[in-house]
Amino acid sequence: MKIHRIRAVARKEFLHVIRDPRSLGMGIAIPLLLLFLFGYALTLDVDRVSLIVWDQDNTPTSRDFLSRFTGSRYFSLHAPATNYRDIEHAIDTRNALVAIVIPHDFTGRLDSGRDAPVQVLVDGTDSNTATIALGYAEAVAGEWSRSVVLKQALRGGERPLPQLVDLRPRIWYNSDMASKNYIFPGLIAVIMMVITALLTSLTVAREWETGTMEQLISTPLQGPEIIIGKLVPYFVIGLLDLLLSVLVGRFLFDVPLRGSLWLLTGLSVIFLISALSIGMLISIVTKSQLLASQLALVATMLPSFLLSGFMFPIENMPPPLQVMTHIISARYLVIILRGIYLKDVGLDVLYGEAAVLTLFGGVVITLAILKFRKKIT
Amino acid sequence: MTAPHAIRVENLGKQFAGVTAVDDVSFSVAPGELFGLIGPDGAGKTTTVRMLASIMDPTAGDAWVTGRHTVREAEKVKEDISYMSQRFGLYPDLTVQENIDFYADIYGIGKKERRERIDRLLAFSNLTPFRQRLAGKLSGGMKQKLGLACALIHTPAVLFLDEPTNGVDPVSRRDFWRILHQLLEEGVTIFVTTAYLDEADRCHRVGLIDKGRLLACDTPANLRKLMKSNILEIITTDSRKAVALLREKLTGESISLFGARIHVTTATPEPTASRISSLLREEGISLQSMREVEPNLEDVFVSVLSEERR
Repeated sequence: MKIHRIRAVARKEFLHVIRDPRSLGMGIAIPLLLLFLFGYALTLDVDRVSLIVWDQDNTPTSRDFLSRFTGSRYFSLHAPATNYRDIEHAIDTRNALVAIVIPHDFTGRLDSGRDAPVQVLVDGTDSNTATIALGYAEAVAGEWSRSVVLKQALRGGERPLPQLVDLRPRIWYNSDMASKNYIFPGLIAVIMMVITALLTSLTVAREWETGTMEQLISTPLQGPEIIIGKLVPYFVIGLLDLLLSVLVGRFLFDVPLRGSLWLLTGLSVIFLISALSIGMLISIVTKSQLLASQLALVATMLPSFLLSGFMFPIENMPPPLQVMTHIISARYLVIILRGIYLKDVGLDVLYGEAAVLTLFGGVVITLAILKFRKKIT
Repeated sequence: MTAPHAIRVENLGKQFAGVTAVDDVSFSVAPGELFGLIGPDGAGKTTTVRMLASIMDPTAGDAWVTGRHTVREAEKVKEDISYMSQRFGLYPDLTVQENIDFYADIYGIGKKERRERIDRLLAFSNLTPFRQRLAGKLSGGMKQKLGLACALIHTPAVLFLDEPTNGVDPVSRRDFWRILHQLLEEGVTIFVTTAYLDEADRCHRVGLIDKGRLLACDTPANLRKLMKSNILEIITTDSRKAVALLREKLTGESISLFGARIHVTTATPEPTASRISSLLREEGISLQSMREVEPNLEDVFVSVLSEERR
């Protein structure tokens, strides 16, 4: 391998990228689009659940109970209802997700020390949101009940009953439990995977299709020199995407980067090499731009979106799928990025993932080099 | 050059999924020679030149270029040669200068040497005014000259050109051949394929290939002597109609058309000539001239081909 030949190929490949607005656009514009789409549009947080209430009792006590809902940031009042038809209509038209019906004897039952049932109706169409909303409702109602019991006890001059278990939760690393903090680091892995593999999947195939490869393989250029030289410009684009993502995360979406930027860059570089090599390998094997780009999409986009743990937790997948995720390199970078971004962990924790990524990159680039033949078949 | 032959080919063959593209071809080319491999489309020219340039492995036989085996020492061969493929093999999105620079970089040509050489190559291919033009925006002839300039950036021992003048206008073709003859003075061995038979006379030696088989291989002059028959050149007012008529009536002779001239290859010129005159008269085609001529290479080719196919 001679460095001057790698440089020659890299320089030429840079010129292709610069002269072809499509590849540059794909390398920079699509990552930006993904960052904004996912940053702004996609959130798994459930807050300001729209609420419709039918307060049949309408006393200071019932209004106090309801104010605990409408006063929290988890619920927002859509409208009051005066019958079930209102409620049904509101839920059918998706104007309300949760309905609360307070019976007319609510205050009376409470005052006489009895249970006071309150009806909660939840639109279960979106099961995930429904579960979370129901959890909120239970928490708000529980909190209010305890305060009522406490007040009654104090008024009666009694010592309030101690709670048997007093849960004192504290959320680490993502204290607001904001889903963007969870999604964003993983998104970086997905972007780097998809874009770089897609870009490199075209390069070798294009040269075979246009006939320039025939010329190239008649020179003393060696296979590894061609492959490494071709990777260089796309490596730079990948690094640019990484930088862009980190900046957008920091300044636009306020995702905290608590760990080392250097470690993040270093491990991303290893991942980048493996992602680029996958595209290259596909390009070498298929020798067709159309086939290569489609294969690259299927082989990188789908698995990195669905199986990397970026949005859908791996632990919740059926066991066969869980096993499959081990060959998705994005899976390891997602873990690494979340660790560095949110937990400030170092190589002492992430060495396993780092080792797998290194191995992965080494195997794929070796395969690409072995599969590349300086012959027409 | 130490090897006695610039190119040596022994029983070379190539099969693609049962189809024989090149069949048991043997020949050799001396250093400093301009050798032309001539044949119709699909004759096996491109396959042969690819195997010699070591970018395709043969399925039978051996070939050596500058004494090196094209399969076992393929990468060494590639250091000594330049190959210009039939399709334009340069980058249309790079400028003339960038394309040449790329090839100069591959061969590791130093800065000072590079400038002199590029200036010289551009000057003799008349591309100097187009340095900054994108290669894709050049005309067909200029593209070929740029390809040649890139191929010559490292002074190869053997230059392989696969149909370099295909689809190029006649003036550019003449220019191209002039450049090739200049190269010969620098001691480069040139192996060129072409489907244009008139280009064969510009070669030192010529191989005639058809359906993968080498039919004849000699100097153009000796190939002419291969012709056992004589050639009658006929010019009529309606050459197409005349050719159709003669092909129908004269079954023993081969008839070919070169522009307006009809060549009839015959072993018995006198009786054939009077037969032709009467045939044309009967059909009302007026005969403008008929004379015996020296066979050109196309006649040789047609005659060798028809013998082979008989």
